[in-house]
Amino acid sequence: MSASQNQVEAHGGPNTGNHDGHDSHGAAHGSMRGYVTGFLLSVILTAIPFWLVMNDVLGNSTLTAIVIMLFAAVQIVVHMIYFLHMNGRSEGGWTMLALIFTIIIVAIALAGSLWVMYHLNTNMMPDPHRM
Amino acid sequence: MTSYPDWWKLLFGRFTLESIPYHEPILIGTFAVVALGGLALVALITRYKLWGYLWHDWFTSVDHKKIGIMYMILGVVMLLRGFADALMMRGQQAIAFAGNEGYLPPHHYDQIFTAHGVIMIFFVAMPFVTGLMNYVVPLQIGARDVAFPFLNNFSFWMTVGGAVLIMASLFIGEFAKVGWLAYPPLSGAAYSPGVGMDYYLWGLQIAGIGTTLSGVNLIATIVKMRAPGMDMMKMPVFTWTSLCTNVLIVATFPILAATLALLTLDRYVGTNFFTNDLGGNPMMYVNLIWIWGHPEVYILILPIFGVYSEVASTFCGKRLFGYASMVYATVVITILSYLVWLHHFFTMGSGASVNSFFGITTMIISIPTGAKIFNWLFTMYRGRIRFELPMMWLLAFMLTFVIGGMTGVMLAVPPADFVLHNSLFLIAHFHNVIIGGVVFGVFAGIAYWFPKAFGFKLDRFWGVLSFWFWVIGFYVAFMPLYILGLMGVTRRLSRFEDPSLQIWFVIAAIGAVLIALGIACFLIQIGVSILRREQLRDTTGDPWDGRTLEWATSSPPPAYNFAFTPIVHDLDAWADMKKRGYQRPLTGFRPIHMPKNTGAGVIIAGLATICGFALIWYIWWLAALSFIGVLAAVIIHTFNYDRDFHIPADEVVQAEDARTQLLGRA
Amino acid sequence: MMAKATAQAAGTAPAFYVTEEEHAHPGGSTMLGFWLYLMSDCLVFAVLFATYGVLGRNYAAGPSGADLFDLKLVAVNTAMLLFSSITYGFAMLAMDKGRQAAVQGWLVVTALFGLAFLGIELYEFAHLIHEGATPMRSAFLSSFFTLVGTHGLHVTFGLIWLAVLMTQVSKHGLIEANRRRLMCLSMFWHFLDVVWIGVFTFVYLMGVLK
Repeated sequence: MSASQNQVEAHGGPNTGNHDGHDSHGAAHGSMRGYVTGFLLSVILTAIPFWLVMNDVLGNSTLTAIVIMLFAAVQIVVHMIYFLHMNGRSEGGWTMLALIFTIIIVAIALAGSLWVMYHLNTNMMPDPHRM
Repeated sequence: MTSYPDWWKLLFGRFTLESIPYHEPILIGTFAVVALGGLALVALITRYKLWGYLWHDWFTSVDHKKIGIMYMILGVVMLLRGFADALMMRGQQAIAFAGNEGYLPPHHYDQIFTAHGVIMIFFVAMPFVTGLMNYVVPLQIGARDVAFPFLNNFSFWMTVGGAVLIMASLFIGEFAKVGWLAYPPLSGAAYSPGVGMDYYLWGLQIAGIGTTLSGVNLIATIVKMRAPGMDMMKMPVFTWTSLCTNVLIVATFPILAATLALLTLDRYVGTNFFTNDLGGNPMMYVNLIWIWGHPEVYILILPIFGVYSEVASTFCGKRLFGYASMVYATVVITILSYLVWLHHFFTMGSGASVNSFFGITTMIISIPTGAKIFNWLFTMYRGRIRFELPMMWLLAFMLTFVIGGMTGVMLAVPPADFVLHNSLFLIAHFHNVIIGGVVFGVFAGIAYWFPKAFGFKLDRFWGVLSFWFWVIGFYVAFMPLYILGLMGVTRRLSRFEDPSLQIWFVIAAIGAVLIALGIACFLIQIGVSILRREQLRDTTGDPWDGRTLEWATSSPPPAYNFAFTPIVHDLDAWADMKKRGYQRPLTGFRPIHMPKNTGAGVIIAGLATICGFALIWYIWWLAALSFIGVLAAVIIHTFNYDRDFHIPADEVVQAEDARTQLLGRA
Repeated sequence: MMAKATAQAAGTAPAFYVTEEEHAHPGGSTMLGFWLYLMSDCLVFAVLFATYGVLGRNYAAGPSGADLFDLKLVAVNTAMLLFSSITYGFAMLAMDKGRQAAVQGWLVVTALFGLAFLGIELYEFAHLIHEGATPMRSAFLSSFFTLVGTHGLHVTFGLIWLAVLMTQVSKHGLIEANRRRLMCLSMFWHFLDVVWIGVFTFVYLMGVLK
């Protein structure tokens, strides 16, 4: 990909398709260093939550749940950066935009469903421990 | 019921000779008509040796224009089926009073209202909308085709596959009796053990895959293939609304697919997602299906808003008022459409906090929609309005849609909704917005772009007649339902006790007949226009003095759309080009790189449809075989690296010279 | 308005069409298109996660996650998937250098880790079903099997795809079309690893918490 096209795309302009299209995603594959960094970070970020849960380190399940969810969130970001090579520039920023939009929709669907169904159960189930 | 031997069950699953509804005279009559019509069609095609032409030039075509036209044909065919259902319901409800049972037994009536809803949304409105987008978007952005032409063909055939399954249920077995969204536990294995629900599930699943893929395709097309100079804020409004629609498709149809898959597991495997016992929760289905369902109505209406915008600026001869606000309103609606789904089940009992949140978001969504109405009004203000057919549809839409929108805001108020929920008021409301919005817009779009697609205008007389039948018919058919709803009549009833209600149902039935005349006039309009095509011929390619790029090329456009990719300097690129003395290039043509046709889409979608049919009937060997067939066909297709070719320069020169001569004559 | 003003200010006759040779750009949209597909797949998983979140504590007097899950096995499985992710990464690096044999080698290693992951998952499922914890037993188990199984199904299709791609690479070499396909599968493979992070955290780890 030529530098000039990179610039056009970075500004959200349309792909004119005139430039050399041999490999329009050059330098997006990451490097050995990137993969190894991502891998090591992932190992750490996976090991800690397993350790926390298997040995009941924190002694409080709510706290543990929050902490391991944070670890998961961080690890997802690590994967996005080092394995999926997400950045604001690839495809003129469209992949990032699509990702952000998807995250919003996923969050709405997840949080909304839990919220709605929790209230339904509270209001409509005579005995919440019936199950 | 006679018992069948084991080899029969192995071979045919749960299909038995009793599955053919030969004891239903209505169905047998329909079957006879369809069979005779089908045979006549096949005979005609064979007689004129058109099979090769259809296969090579249409079925296997990856040309977005031909696929768009095929989507529109699918929509018209399914409209006839869906509307026949509507007429039958109106007829039944008009006579089934005070002991009169009408002519439809309940199990048949229930199938009809389910089929009507499913067909009208998935196989009429969706194909129409997808067809318009497919045809127009690449032309509007100055592209030669969509980003993934083969996928486009495949998506279309998957939609057809879904439609085929739904139609097959008419004559082989039965259809679902559960309403168009198939709420469990009624739709679960315990209460709907028959094949009807499985037709529903597999029909929608197969069509849904096609829809999702076509969404991906059109987003990539709009993002990557715009003509040079066309930055986001120079995109035509229809392209903008198409982009938002396809974003909605890609972000919601997977939700539908997953939700239906869970219900499928409940029915086939015996899991307990939406059952009443062992921890299942049917309301979770309702919650999930509406996370898809609400954005779905915006999937239908957004591109139609785009159609109206194009129509408004073209026929008022000026730039669309408030282009930027139109774009922002569309984007806001796209996002807000994910925050309102609970208003479809306020009565479920989530309580005050949840209901108020969703009530308020629902009311908020009417603000950007209202802004759009004002934009169209101000576009008309001091414009030189030409009352051509598309413009008439726009006016009818604005009046009708505002009424529908206001009853929608009424329903958005949770206490009011508790009274009106599931009543005919709701039925009147959503027909008000879907007919008054989507259907009117589809007709506007057809009248507007038909000359682009075929090179001649539609006959005005029959179009105007169809318009008035539709508009008057709509009001006669649905205003009584508002009244009945306020009187407390609920939906999906096949007979009534209170004779004082009957008059309203009779009026509604008359309205349905008027709409039927409207549809008839539309079909006659097409026929008459084909017969009179020489008088209606448009040689300029720009019969309406259009403003966007699709009018810059010939009608119908050549396979490659544009001999040279246009460069865009302004919103309303074609109007700008005309104003600044654009000269059509006459020389220097070069070979044009295009995708090749392929039969893979038809084959894979056909195998998927067979697989669906086998699963519906528990014919496991066929299901396994056809699923392996799908996988094999996909893999074999990926081994084909030779997917494109060049249209030789001579052919381009020939086509362009022919156009030059036509333009010279005009 | 702005654009028109600038054009008029410039005062030159603008070009209305592209005159130079337009280089055809097959597959130029593939990466974006595939990414959009992955985003849509995210929504499928979102539904399954939401269902697990809502129904995941409905044990119907049956076994709970704490009774059933063997975290050591899950840890091993997680390692398999993580290893397969980095070996796929190595395949991509080899592809950048144009070393076909190395690409194929790393792809084989990736496939082996993927197969190991699937094998362990199937073993776990078989074990659960053997103990009577079938998908039919409770809504918790229905949503568990469906969420984890759907992920496993994706891995299965990934492996089939991998096999097909290896055949194509050996047949045609690292041509542009094959590179593009390898990159798509790379995104798919890493995406599945991302989903797995959600699965082991939300289902397994939180499932054994009281």
